[in-house]
Amino acid sequence: MQLGRVIGRVWATVKDQGLEGQRLLFVEPVTPDLRSAGKPIICADCTGAGAGEIVYWCRGRESSFAFLPAEVPTDATIVAILDELHAGGESHRC
Amino acid sequence: MLIARVIGEAVATRKHSSHEACKALLVQPLDLDGSPRGVPVVALDAVDAGAGDRVLLTAEGFSAMTSVGRANSPIDSAVIGVIDEVSLF
Repeated sequence: MQLGRVIGRVWATVKDQGLEGQRLLFVEPVTPDLRSAGKPIICADCTGAGAGEIVYWCRGRESSFAFLPAEVPTDATIVAILDELHAGGESHRC
Repeated sequence: MLIARVIGEAVATRKHSSHEACKALLVQPLDLDGSPRGVPVVALDAVDAGAGDRVLLTAEGFSAMTSVGRANSPIDSAVIGVIDEVSLF
């Protein structure tokens, strides 16, 4: 899974039926010290994450397993909202 | 699989139920010379690894889910071994 920060939201009226009711969030990958680490991607979300929150997301086929038994056509899903990050002897509250 | 170094832990209260009661480790994938290989990632812990350990990291869903005993879950990477030694021929 990868760390990221929620930076936006995408709305689409016309979409695959499996995406109905799903929130689609823009997530910017970040390093453990919360610096940008690449280009943003769009994630489905099973946690209720909101603007600015630090999360980690799962990629690939297994990211759709978050919604079983519903079949959601996603390739990236937010699976956790972080409270704290402990890295290199330092702790960040998220 | 990749070699990685455990550099920390990600603590989350709100998360998918399949990630409950499982440590989420922050790991830095490594090249053979020990230099960083890409950015650190989050991996569930299947072997009770700790900070500083050099570990075996799987970055594929089926093996990651199997190693932590949670089938059909949104898990794409796991720490599945603690490396004692690497020798090259």
